[in-house]
Amino acid sequence: MIEIVWFLNSQSAKVEVRKWHKSMAEDFTTVIGLEVHVQLATQSKLFCRCSTQFGAEPNTQTCPLCIGMPGTLPVMNREAYDLALKTAVALDCEIPEFTKWDRKQYYYPDLPKGYQISQYDLPMSSGGTLAISDSQDQFEPKQIRITRAHLEEDAGKSIHDEANGKADSEIDLNRTGTPLLEIVSEPDLRSPAEAKAYLQELKLLLTYLGVSDCNMQEGSLRVDANVNLHLETDSGSAATPIVEIKNLNSFRAVERAIEYEAGRQYRVWQETGQKLGEAPKQTRGWDDAAGVTRGQRSKEESSDYRYFPDPDLVPVITLPEQVAQVKASLGELPAALRQRLTTDFGLSEYDAEVLVNQGRALVDYTLRVADLSGDAKSACNWVTQEVLRVLKEQGRSIEQFQEQSVSSNDLAELICKVKSGEVPSARARELFDVMAREIYVSFEDKLSFEEVVKSLGIEQVDESELIDLCKELLGANPRIVADVQNGKQQAVGALIGQAKQRNPNVDPGQIRKLCLELIEQGFGSAE
Amino acid sequence: MELLSLLSAGEITSVEVTQGYLDQISAEDGAVGAFLHADVDLALSKAAEVDRRRQANEPLGRLAGLPVAVKDVLCDTQMPATCASRMLENFRPPYDSTVVAKLKEADAVLIGRTNMDEFAMGGSTENSAYQLTRNPWDLERAPGGSSGGAAACVAARMAPLSIGTDTGGSIRQPAGLCGVVGLKPTYGRVSRYGLVAFASSLDQVGPLALNVADAALLLETIAGHDPLDSTSLDEPLPAYSTLVERPLEGLRLGIVREHFAEGLNPEVEEAVRAAVAVYESLGATVKEISLPHSKYAVATYYVIAPSEASSNLARYDGIHYGHRTDISAMQAELATEQKAFLAAGDQIAVDNMDSPLVRMYRRTRAEGFGSEVKRRIMLGTYALSAGYYDAYYLKALKVRRLIRQDFDAAFEEVDLIAGPVTAEPAFKLGQMSGDPLAMYLVDLYTVSANLAGLPGISLPCGFTTSGLPIGLQLQAAPLAEETLIRGARMFEQATDWHQRRPEKKQS
Amino acid sequence: MALSRDDVEKVALLARLQLSEAELDTLTDELAQIVTYVDQLAEVDTGDVEPMAHAVELSNVFAADGVRPSLPREQALANAPAHNERGYLVPAVLGD
Repeated sequence: MIEIVWFLNSQSAKVEVRKWHKSMAEDFTTVIGLEVHVQLATQSKLFCRCSTQFGAEPNTQTCPLCIGMPGTLPVMNREAYDLALKTAVALDCEIPEFTKWDRKQYYYPDLPKGYQISQYDLPMSSGGTLAISDSQDQFEPKQIRITRAHLEEDAGKSIHDEANGKADSEIDLNRTGTPLLEIVSEPDLRSPAEAKAYLQELKLLLTYLGVSDCNMQEGSLRVDANVNLHLETDSGSAATPIVEIKNLNSFRAVERAIEYEAGRQYRVWQETGQKLGEAPKQTRGWDDAAGVTRGQRSKEESSDYRYFPDPDLVPVITLPEQVAQVKASLGELPAALRQRLTTDFGLSEYDAEVLVNQGRALVDYTLRVADLSGDAKSACNWVTQEVLRVLKEQGRSIEQFQEQSVSSNDLAELICKVKSGEVPSARARELFDVMAREIYVSFEDKLSFEEVVKSLGIEQVDESELIDLCKELLGANPRIVADVQNGKQQAVGALIGQAKQRNPNVDPGQIRKLCLELIEQGFGSAE
Repeated sequence: MELLSLLSAGEITSVEVTQGYLDQISAEDGAVGAFLHADVDLALSKAAEVDRRRQANEPLGRLAGLPVAVKDVLCDTQMPATCASRMLENFRPPYDSTVVAKLKEADAVLIGRTNMDEFAMGGSTENSAYQLTRNPWDLERAPGGSSGGAAACVAARMAPLSIGTDTGGSIRQPAGLCGVVGLKPTYGRVSRYGLVAFASSLDQVGPLALNVADAALLLETIAGHDPLDSTSLDEPLPAYSTLVERPLEGLRLGIVREHFAEGLNPEVEEAVRAAVAVYESLGATVKEISLPHSKYAVATYYVIAPSEASSNLARYDGIHYGHRTDISAMQAELATEQKAFLAAGDQIAVDNMDSPLVRMYRRTRAEGFGSEVKRRIMLGTYALSAGYYDAYYLKALKVRRLIRQDFDAAFEEVDLIAGPVTAEPAFKLGQMSGDPLAMYLVDLYTVSANLAGLPGISLPCGFTTSGLPIGLQLQAAPLAEETLIRGARMFEQATDWHQRRPEKKQS
Repeated sequence: MALSRDDVEKVALLARLQLSEAELDTLTDELAQIVTYVDQLAEVDTGDVEPMAHAVELSNVFAADGVRPSLPREQALANAPAHNERGYLVPAVLGD
């Protein structure tokens, strides 16, 4: 049973948790489906023109419509529909010609109309897939089926000030009506690691598409997890009742909550033997500080949402030609890009993943460097090691970096010059750092590559020069020569430092090699 | 219209006209009760403004200086919008409905807000939380509804023009019972933006007036595409106010077999048949047609309308606006209940008690809504609830299409369909209370147009021996308002029913 | 379908209406009568008929994205039964 190996591999599990997991590891499979809500990156709300900007003062971004005032009518934001469609197409969903919006009815103070405009039986898309894999081999690559992705409106926020102990909640409707894309997966995930990988891959895709900022802190991406266990028992297969976990505020929380919930369900199963269908679907909230899920009070009637088609909104017809157009305009998506980086550019899966995960702009930069230098491997190494380091240190974006400091041309030139030996590899990183440190305001101020090389006194050192230098050093240091002859090769190290002082352009590796060769040949021996 | 020509010719000022109607309101409305709210100062200052601008030869709107009454269901930043409900007693809309905005743009003088059945639910205006409206032709009788105030104020000459809304007959039926002209446009012809919704897929705003030409003028003022209403039709708007005077040649008039079944008052039938004869005398050919699904229209309507209403009225929850129950009384009630359950040792009842939030909603809505609104919310909630959706709501949507298809077929053969507005003339106040189903069946002839989205008009076509007005209903194909008003005007010019007026109620 | 007092009680909760015992009794009778009348729809053959949710069947009505001024907060809260000048106030929303 491959599916349950995660218990043993999971680096995140606490030791005590791992113990009891281990004892039951052979008994069940964890089955997970995720519901992800993504706020779409529109300027205005789904049905009115109030701003969707995060962080405004409460109730300053509302109008009669999003307050749910009598007489107001919704008109759908075209951009929201287009972004939703783009995402659905990128997820390989079927796009039906006809879709409509329904009212999902329930009472809550942050839902001013008493219903949420959502999609019920004829969503705008269904039946997609998202491939996940793990370069660390925690699980086998697999296709996760997407049940549906549909467009709906967000609710407001209730703020309860626990501290003052007062009995009032404050309602802020700024978020009310923000466009949300709900993406529902089939229960195809089998471990917290897979769930996390799915979320990471989804987030990356959404980022590439530019449809959402996916900021979890600001609630732009929210996750609910449906979890149950499939068990093999003496009397055949069984499943535990499905639990929906809410209040998952980070991918880490998703992993921990699923892990906890699987264990909890197993204990309940052992105690009660209660199977799927024998208890209603339960909703539990994740308490991140306590590391547990807690049951939430739910009434039987609350699940009767009385969906019906919203008479204030008209259906949307999307023709196959439009879908084809959207598909053609998507650009290269992360999965295809990773594939190309490994097959066409010979990068390892790991390198490809690191690069692609950094976003489209960095990939484009790398591909240009690879193209201009003709050396994809070096381009990738430079970017993943040096460029990323500098960006992190300086807190700059790749766009700023290439514009103000090291353009793809500059880095390609550096790679070529190192390869040809014009720039000693010993000084390449120093050179890069100087270029990376400079922030040019305008292009005219920018020093050319040659000028930087010159200013650092970088020049090629030919081998005869090096041999002369080594001979001189060995002659001056008989003690070191003796040590090497006695088998202490590392003693040469002291000479490398001296050589670099004499000439910064020398290659330490070459000095080491030449010195050892000269000693071997008997140069500098006492006799 | 005559008053408008006098105004534009400078022979009379808007202040004089407005004051005249305000005087009539003071004289008559104590008995009739058509208005919920009239702002004398606001009306007169608007009238004075129009007069000033007319003096200065500034451009003026289409209705410049003409008083218009508005049903208390359309939002206006300068007026309350109570919908005749306790729920919205203190509600002040922060925005104008499109219809009100267009009236303001046309420089109309908005003289007051008319009474109605609460949230437009009813056919007698008796469901108003505030007051009764009486039929100006017989004060013991109802004016019809839900736009009872809108029809009564025109009949009693308290306003020359008024705006009503029609979800199942709420313009045409009171117009018929009060002896005035009332027109329900094609669904989507007039914007619903700012109209407090009853049943969104059926609601339409329309004009009431003393004659068809005036109704056409008011329709032309308020109709047109509105980007703020997704269901608004983006279609050219004919110049109804001028086209209305062109009689139809070769009119094909349809008579619906099912309209003349049992239950139709003989005096009403006689008046309608006489009206058809007038059309024949004007050169129309008359053809009997069948609308086989029309007998299901009321049942269909009383599934769809309450379903939508139950959802549209969910927003009245005492959180963001409108009435809220007294919180301490609510908490005391819960405490008392809990104590009683505990004393009885009934833990299950304790567990099943409403949370404070749920109880707040339930008390707020119980206090804010009247009994007819509650009845329809209950009916609609039931029809949409799990297990009943297919049998009621979905079934009704399918029958609705069959009703529409009947009309589509009929309008292949005829240009207009003529028939009664209601089976009976105005009924006595209180006559229908206690029998909601009987009240619903009053809508028999009018609901089909709403289900199918068609335009319809009600115009005076006679009187009973006891002096109550009888209405003739004409219906046309979607967007054929032009045919409707030209056809109606033909009849009006050949008869003088519309020129009769009720006796003054007070002096 | 017969409508029981129990059904009416459940619907009243769904609809968030508090009904007195007397109202429950009356409504049970009235609704049962109306529902019986409406039940005649069952006799209509609607086999392959598409439901008609709108009176006029339009599609693809959109507005362009772009921000317009919101309501000033004072105005937004002006009609609220209880507010603190920042937000609407309601009795604690703890676990509805």
